[in-house]
Amino acid sequence: MGLFKFLKEKFSNKKDAQTETYVSGMSKSRENFASKLDELSKRYKEVNQDYFESLEEILIEADVGVSLALRIIEETIDESKSQNIKDPKQINELLVDKMFIGYATKGGNISSEIEFVKEGPTVLLVAGVNGVGKTTSIAKLAYRYIHQGKKVMLCAADTFRAGATEQLSVWADRLGCPIVVGKPESDPASVAFEGARQAKNQNIDLLIVDTAGRLQNKVNLMNELSKISRVISKEIPDAPHEAFLIIDATTGQNGVVQAKQFLDCIKLTGIVITKMDGTSKGGIILAIRDELGIPVRFIGLGEKMTDLEEFDLDKYLYGLCLGDK
Amino acid sequence: MAFESLSEKFQRIIKKVRGQSRLTEANMDEMLKEVRIALLEADVNFKVVKQFVEDVKVKAIGAEVYTKLNPSQMVVKIVHDELTSLLGSEDSELHYENNKPTIIMLVGLQGTGKTTSAGKLANLMKKKLGKKVLLAAGDVYRPAAIDQLEQIGNQIGVPVLSFRDGTSPVDIAIKAKEKAYNEHFDVLIIDTAGRLQIDEPLMKELNDISDKVSPTEVLLLVDAMSGQDAINVANTFNSQLHLSGIIMSKLDGDARGGAALSIKHLTGLPIKFAGTGEKLSDLDVFHPDRMADRILGMGDVVTLVEKVQEEIDEKEARKEAAKMMDGRFTLDDLVKQMKRIQKMGSLGGLMKLIPGMPTISEEQREKGEQEMRTMEAIVNSMTQEEREHPEILKNSRKVRIARGSGKTNADINRMLKKYEQMKEMMKQLQQYKKTGRMPPGMNFPGMGMM
Repeated sequence: MGLFKFLKEKFSNKKDAQTETYVSGMSKSRENFASKLDELSKRYKEVNQDYFESLEEILIEADVGVSLALRIIEETIDESKSQNIKDPKQINELLVDKMFIGYATKGGNISSEIEFVKEGPTVLLVAGVNGVGKTTSIAKLAYRYIHQGKKVMLCAADTFRAGATEQLSVWADRLGCPIVVGKPESDPASVAFEGARQAKNQNIDLLIVDTAGRLQNKVNLMNELSKISRVISKEIPDAPHEAFLIIDATTGQNGVVQAKQFLDCIKLTGIVITKMDGTSKGGIILAIRDELGIPVRFIGLGEKMTDLEEFDLDKYLYGLCLGDK
Repeated sequence: MAFESLSEKFQRIIKKVRGQSRLTEANMDEMLKEVRIALLEADVNFKVVKQFVEDVKVKAIGAEVYTKLNPSQMVVKIVHDELTSLLGSEDSELHYENNKPTIIMLVGLQGTGKTTSAGKLANLMKKKLGKKVLLAAGDVYRPAAIDQLEQIGNQIGVPVLSFRDGTSPVDIAIKAKEKAYNEHFDVLIIDTAGRLQIDEPLMKELNDISDKVSPTEVLLLVDAMSGQDAINVANTFNSQLHLSGIIMSKLDGDARGGAALSIKHLTGLPIKFAGTGEKLSDLDVFHPDRMADRILGMGDVVTLVEKVQEEIDEKEARKEAAKMMDGRFTLDDLVKQMKRIQKMGSLGGLMKLIPGMPTISEEQREKGEQEMRTMEAIVNSMTQEEREHPEILKNSRKVRIARGSGKTNADINRMLKKYEQMKEMMKQLQQYKKTGRMPPGMNFPGMGMM
């Protein structure tokens, strides 16, 4: 059975709450992507070169990137030839298959949830370029784990941007969790160190460290980030246990460069893709996984605190390609 | 880098094309295919790419191509010129009202840099144009957005009108307008909350603000890292708000910024400013030619054209390098190097070509280029002997040279010092070649960092 059918059957009968969030959160993305696939398949009786070119364009428009798009299409063409498939609908299913398999086989199968260490605080370092939604994602993650009964502490190591500490403090206040802050323009590494120290002393389960947005080509700022990571490990060995790169769904091909540079700088354990409730399709996560093997762990599907879901490839592709069709 | 630069790809193709007297359509197709991929990798929207490539093809097939010696160079030039003209606009200046406050509204998706840009614009208008500026904190949704704008206002000495009592963004805008009129401000900049273009209530709110305050300018913030969807965002904002222009933010990153071309092409909106750094002074007017180079990949297309035109003999270049390494480095060599660098376009673009080079500010860059021009003028006023043996330069010669070049003795001394530094560096490089150890404090002259 093709994956496409599998997905359809898996989700169309019994939709759990999470699937619903995906379906509604990604409705705008899907409107473009899925309906285009659908329209296209209706325009053609039999696939030809033009058809595959149109498929390529649909992938490119989803920010999958040129080279990956070309490869997915090539694989689809090869398979369609070997299986002698000419029906556009089946071709589309094949395409989704290829996307799924491409992602699934590119790295280990990692669970999305944060893996907690047996003893002492688990430390999550959050990084990314400017304006991707680091602070908001941190608030959502904190909310998630507070509701799982964990003792969560926030650490405001963005001492650079005006209002950043205040922004995180507002969230800590609303969530009712402790927060460690430094003085404006103080060394962010020292704030992170203090955070690690207090997390240890207060028997915190999860310490989430916010960092300033930084463009990956700024050498000094990237060095600063690795210093933050190093300093944390001085207080808590093996920490940070998790390091998430936040990627905005509207990001184009620069996302791959971002992931690569941040990976060179800290030990990334996953990606959180934000703003998926817009019209962007976030195809860059496929390109990042393809090039660097970094998995997506969480996906931001709306403005509410509960709108941060574990990333689930089935559901992502389902939300993107099928939805309620 | 994740992508092979366009020039590298072109080099490959040009090698194949070289020796053929005319550009065949097949040859051109191959080049245009690479142009297409380069544009797509730069996040230019694929529809725009399609049309653009078609346009270039039509132009390139024109008769003028065949009159040139090297048709491939023509393709590069057409692509570059076409991009530049598409990106440019006569309408890229801000409009100011004559007898009343100019009202500017900043709008855009979350995280595109509205609040920061509001501060940068205010700073620019106050410092450079001497305007009396008022900022209004219209983002009441994001926690601490008001704090952020207030802190920025403090840093640049511009008053910020804000409310923390639940006043709606529309009312805030109305009150800000009243204040701007009553207190005779020249400019009012209204910051608004980030929003998705499909969020109807929030889009209506922007509409209401616009209706109530009739802004002179409504500027959309576009992140330089935006992908294919940027045009949908720009189109919706534009159709609902009648934008007057675009600010590209985060251009100090290494994203190629193809969204600029997409949006310009599809909406015709002028790109008025570019955000080029985290400091509040880092806001630049938009340079279409630089952006064209950047979209095509790494700002080295000009270099490529130069290379094709001049057909630099590699052997010659190697000979020169060997000479420099031996310490036989004259002032002529210094000028030759400088000229080559200047020809390759702005130093900023060149710096981008050097991996691991720190990014330099516009100000530093201009200073560096100014220095280069000064040095060239001085050397041009020297005799051949002086150029080859600068050590003979005593005061009387310096006075003559200073008069001839229109520079001062101090300028000459500064240049000689730089020459010595460069010479010393060459020696160290030579040392490095022998020992494999990099000398500390490597520094190139003319980069505004001395």
